[in-house]
Amino acid sequence: MKNTTLTVNEYTLDTNVKVAPKDAALSLAHIYVAFIAFIIGALMGLLQGLVRGGLIELPSWLGYYQILTVHGVLLALVFTTYFIFAFLFAGVSRTLGGMSNGIRRVGWIGFWITTIGTLLAAWLILLGKASVLYTFYAPLQAHPFYYIALTLFIVGTWIAGAAILAHYFCWKKTNKEQKTPLFGYMATATIILWIIACLGVAATVLFQMIPWAFGLTDKINVLLSRTLFWYFGHPLVYFWLLPAYMAWYVCIPKIIGGKLFSDSLARLAFVLFLLFSIPVGFHHQLMEAGVSEFWKFVQTILTFTVIVPSLMTAFSIFGTFEQTARAKGGSGVLSWLGKLPWNDVRFFAPFMGMVIFIPAGTGGVINASHQMNAVIHNTLWVVGHFHLTVGSTVILTFFGTSYWLIPHLTGRKFTPFLNRLGMLQTWLWTIGMFFMSGSMHLMGILGAPRRTAYTTYQNHATALAWFDGMFTNYVTVAIGAAILTIAAGLMFYNFIYMTWLAPKGETAFPISEPASDTSTTPKILENWKLWIGIAALLILFAYTIPVYNMIVHAPPGSPGFNYLIN
Amino acid sequence: MHLHRYEKIWLAFGIGSLVVFLTLLGITAFGFGHHPPSHMAIVNSQNLRNEAPFNKPGLQQIDKTTYQANIIAMAFAFSPNKIEVPVGSTVRFNVSSADVVHSFTIPKTNVNFMVTPGHVNMAEHTFTEPGTYLVLCNEYCGSGHHSMQMAIEVK
Repeated sequence: MKNTTLTVNEYTLDTNVKVAPKDAALSLAHIYVAFIAFIIGALMGLLQGLVRGGLIELPSWLGYYQILTVHGVLLALVFTTYFIFAFLFAGVSRTLGGMSNGIRRVGWIGFWITTIGTLLAAWLILLGKASVLYTFYAPLQAHPFYYIALTLFIVGTWIAGAAILAHYFCWKKTNKEQKTPLFGYMATATIILWIIACLGVAATVLFQMIPWAFGLTDKINVLLSRTLFWYFGHPLVYFWLLPAYMAWYVCIPKIIGGKLFSDSLARLAFVLFLLFSIPVGFHHQLMEAGVSEFWKFVQTILTFTVIVPSLMTAFSIFGTFEQTARAKGGSGVLSWLGKLPWNDVRFFAPFMGMVIFIPAGTGGVINASHQMNAVIHNTLWVVGHFHLTVGSTVILTFFGTSYWLIPHLTGRKFTPFLNRLGMLQTWLWTIGMFFMSGSMHLMGILGAPRRTAYTTYQNHATALAWFDGMFTNYVTVAIGAAILTIAAGLMFYNFIYMTWLAPKGETAFPISEPASDTSTTPKILENWKLWIGIAALLILFAYTIPVYNMIVHAPPGSPGFNYLIN
Repeated sequence: MHLHRYEKIWLAFGIGSLVVFLTLLGITAFGFGHHPPSHMAIVNSQNLRNEAPFNKPGLQQIDKTTYQANIIAMAFAFSPNKIEVPVGSTVRFNVSSADVVHSFTIPKTNVNFMVTPGHVNMAEHTFTEPGTYLVLCNEYCGSGHHSMQMAIEVK
């Protein structure tokens, strides 16, 4: 296969051409955990698909809701978080220079605390003491130490995040008057978003769930805990998405042999995400009592505002594609598309992610549409939706990133063989997701519930129809899941190959040269105090009155129900 | 900061559609009263069976064609597990939970809302077609979640 774009020309003005070796070790440690979690989580997904389709029965020692918890926790929380920190640590080392020993040590402390939390949680889930799914809604109650495990996980990521922020501020101190490279800027915005978002989940776990699970208090305010969870739960999805956007803005332009369309718009988009992805959690609670219609509508408006930076991103990225393709001699209204490196998985996998983000985002607009949410709330539609967003757009971008990030860190070559495996992997994933997510969306409209084990509801006709459709059939979901599992197995092999088997050599860490408008980027975009201040004001505006009402007009609290999950 | 002319057009189109869209949502919500279920009444979930109207779960006739169904959601059933109404009836579902979080969901209708302990939630539906309607819980509520259901007979 001829693939001229496989050699990336280094851009010499970057601080470091390579990730410093000691920083690479820290990044790689995160990669290992991420991919182990990935393969176990993916296998659990296959089991779920087969069980729901009525194709297999689980052995008595394994519960459906237990494997559902494993799947959600390992893929949505563990894989994403570890991969993101691997990418951010490597990227800041590459663009801001190697980390000092002290800062790197903080990064390792964060890694170990997060990992201890992960192992403790995994142990309790295996014992069947924490089958509460990754949302752990009260008053279902897991083993008390499960909440300790969650705390360790979050605290560990804060410490790791602090290391990235410290590295950024050190760079700022020694490079006064210089504009932060785009990667460092975006990494900082992402970590700030993560820390503000986690305040909600930390509040409910530390002040509500731990005292309640350990018996220090006997009642919990259920609505408040759900609200604090969703204060965290929506920016969580942006914590997954922003690193994927970083790869699109900073790495992809280099991979296709061009440079970013606009620096200031990229930074503005990240500021808007920081502002508008947090005060929007009620759009996950549109169907529940105790929150007034007015405040639901206010947060619906704020939710829709966050679409603006996504539209900006779409414009910037496709602007970059067109600008690059035309510079290479492309012409016509659309025929310039032929100049893009379609056979390079480092471009193609994220590109498929971008394409899938169009239906994914459209579905998201439907979900957030106030009263329209009643049609799809908690149905399989929602599961189909987030398998397109995080399960395709984000993860395909992460896969595409792996193909250069892992060999770069392990000192191996990105080979044409690996490229072919990657292309196959991308197609398998996309096809599997078409069947699985497509049928999930349509079955959701027919009312099929999410998070529910195999059932025909005593052979009710409505439920039997979900096993009967040409496409709207649990068996279609299972077929999609089987194709996805093959794709996951191939990705795991690619990870092994890139880590231990590929020929030794060099693979470039692609960083785009600054966009031509970089010198005119307003300084205010890097005024974090200002943006954090505005974010805080928006959060206070969207949440103060409804949360005050939840506390003052609270019903009697609820005891814990730990016997229901066995 | 410079905005490309096409970007201005693109963003104007995008933001413009959002404004139109939100205006329509707002008009249907506040003009026609078409809101998501957001009832504000509170109850004691641990004492639900002794509090009216949940001390007598079941159907209450309001007028000729209107009923209120007072229903308790619990792990892993609804009480009552069956109600019967004539075709053309409008039923106001008034549901609360005796334990954990559930949902009250009638597939193929717009009745689909969360039932959180301590709160009462409501939705209304007019049954114009006869048949046995399935009601299910679509919020995970424990190991028997998938068996939680009830029926609405419309004759």
